[in-house]
Amino acid sequence: MLSENLPPKAHPLEKLLRTDRLPHIWCPGCGIGIALNSFLRAVKKLNLDPKSIVLISGIGCSGRASGYVAFDSFHTTHGRAIPLAMGVKIARPDLKVVVFSGDGDLFAIGGNHIIHAARRNLDLLVICINNFNYGMTGGQLGPTTPFSSYTTTTPYGNIEHPFNLVHLTAAAGASFVARWTVAHPIQLARSIEKALNKRGFSFIEVIAPCVTLYARYNKLGRPPQIIKYLKEISVIEKSMDSSKADIKIGNKIFVGEFVDVERPEYVSELYRVIREKSGRKIDSLVR
Amino acid sequence: MKKFLKGTFFMQGDEACAEGAIVAGCRLFAGYPITPSTEIAERMARRLPEVGGAFIQMEDELSSIALIIGASYTGVKAMTATSGPGFSLMQENLGLAVMTETPIVIVNVMRGDPSTGQPTRAGQGDVIQARRGSHGDYEIIALAPYSVQEMFDLTIEAFNLSEQFRVPVIMLSDAIIGHMREKVILKTPDEVKIVNRKKPKEPPGKYLPFKPEEDLIPPMACFGEGYGIHVTGLTHDIRGYPASTDPKVHEKLVRRLCDKIRLNADKIIRIDSRYVENAEIVLVAYGTPARSAIRAVNLARKKGLKVGLVRLITVWPFPYEYFRKLSRKVKGFIVAEMNYGQIVGEVERSVGDRKVVLASKLGGDPHTPEELLEIIGEVYKHVE
Ligand SMILES: Cc1ncc(C[n+]2csc(CCOP(=O)(O)OP(=O)(O)O)c2C)c(N)n1
Ligand SMILES: [Mg+2]
Repeated sequence: MLSENLPPKAHPLEKLLRTDRLPHIWCPGCGIGIALNSFLRAVKKLNLDPKSIVLISGIGCSGRASGYVAFDSFHTTHGRAIPLAMGVKIARPDLKVVVFSGDGDLFAIGGNHIIHAARRNLDLLVICINNFNYGMTGGQLGPTTPFSSYTTTTPYGNIEHPFNLVHLTAAAGASFVARWTVAHPIQLARSIEKALNKRGFSFIEVIAPCVTLYARYNKLGRPPQIIKYLKEISVIEKSMDSSKADIKIGNKIFVGEFVDVERPEYVSELYRVIREKSGRKIDSLVR
Repeated sequence: MKKFLKGTFFMQGDEACAEGAIVAGCRLFAGYPITPSTEIAERMARRLPEVGGAFIQMEDELSSIALIIGASYTGVKAMTATSGPGFSLMQENLGLAVMTETPIVIVNVMRGDPSTGQPTRAGQGDVIQARRGSHGDYEIIALAPYSVQEMFDLTIEAFNLSEQFRVPVIMLSDAIIGHMREKVILKTPDEVKIVNRKKPKEPPGKYLPFKPEEDLIPPMACFGEGYGIHVTGLTHDIRGYPASTDPKVHEKLVRRLCDKIRLNADKIIRIDSRYVENAEIVLVAYGTPARSAIRAVNLARKKGLKVGLVRLITVWPFPYEYFRKLSRKVKGFIVAEMNYGQIVGEVERSVGDRKVVLASKLGGDPHTPEELLEIIGEVYKHVE
């Protein structure tokens, strides 16, 4: 039972946050905070040195995450978080580089970069907040907006088909692919731990319907109802097939880990060539 | 191949540019192939691994410039090379580099444009774009090499300036200088001046990432150095934190970003002038047209015409003050450029009611000395 006499306790993740930047800009009930919490829990669980982590994001509500963490962080231009992260990772392979951004940022304006990063198997973890719309600009159609659903720019229903993000990244060559919803913060943190330990391109989709815009236009209810709904319609299967993981209104949402394979990794290969040609034991471009 | 080349070589401009970058300390190149800059990428692909550096061929120019910004924020000197179409794609992140005060070098080997234009032919159509292509008020530095030697020398200078001022520096070369082969003397790093960015003097916790020193330039902490910095393209305060709704913070930031270049312009600007002391008219040129301009001025002098030459080595910041002073002694200016009038506008802004004539050349061939000599003769008659 809660007691008012308990001493005030710091939040367990306080050390990993820029508390001088709080309160954050996210709406009450928004899933971005849940996803960021899972990420920071994974960092804490693995006992990673905060000085060795770089968090990079694009533009959007999700992209604001980079401004709240106590790591080196870069809030880039819309769509360019992945190539900017690639520059950091290539120059300092010893750093853990993570991209945290939105569905539109990563798959519409930045879509080309994510498929190429996956193709290269670049050692990078990408966490994508799929809120089914462009949150920051007021709830417009995005590349993940489900068919026939409503947004401010699809007032008569969406006539486009959404990307199946886990299938797309798997097909492009990612080494690790997972999907969870905001109703699965523990499982999400566990997959993030795995991905942080993985050498290669890791992609984690977090389904977090925009509570203020998408949920309202599509009558999904208030945040607690949304979480309950996500729990009900999510299914985990033994052998996961990303090709069946399309998101369609009324269908089950497949969650879990879809891909976990080993493949030659880009930065390692790049440094193999550099070491061979320079005849020196180089493991960073920074001296 | 040896780590650094030393001595006299017969080399292409694009190749000399790559060698200059390596001497300057560039250890990362990211780019997307485009004529007439591709040879820079190809040379870097071979050379960088030999000197312990990384070459990355990206999926486009949007990502090429994003990548070098990220790399520069770890402390690596990084560069990209492109031409008009790719340079257009880089404009948004050029602004990001300005806003985040990231030292990077962008080589634009200009071709005939607009659009796909003339891929294999030379032009100077991107000069105003280099200055104004990204949205917002900002200042950058742009250099215009006129020889293979300057492709080497000015690439080193470009890195030095970008490190000193924490600003993107653009090399405005063109297809003629980029593809031409001529004699070049290459030096090693210990034979040239190398500038590195200022580092923080305060420890993490005390250091404010965007707090300028007296020269208006903040010392630069990099990722992985333990400072835990936040970098954003949003308007930010001296802590680097977003403050995009604070008019005062915005005004202060934008003015400083411009003023760190404007107020240091005389330290940045380099001009090659000949015979201007007693000149009645002055021929202004930069890059390829400067080669014909030198010859034209020499020919005019032989005919007894009092003509001087101003060759801009630094195109941006533009030497407004220099031209203002010059206009007191000189009656007219001719500006020779391979476009339909870009730098001519800056000259007009500086010289009051003095006559300014544009010698425009389009199509890919440079002006011939004779063409320029003829224009000199015409203008001379007018101002006399
Ligand atoms: C080049 C460019 N185009 C458009 C915008 C406007 N814009 C800002 S955020 C955004 C969409 C963000 O959507 P998403 O990536 O899904 O992030 P969310 O806000 O939903 O988390 C857009 C279109 C921009 N900042 N830059
Ligand atoms: Mg979104």
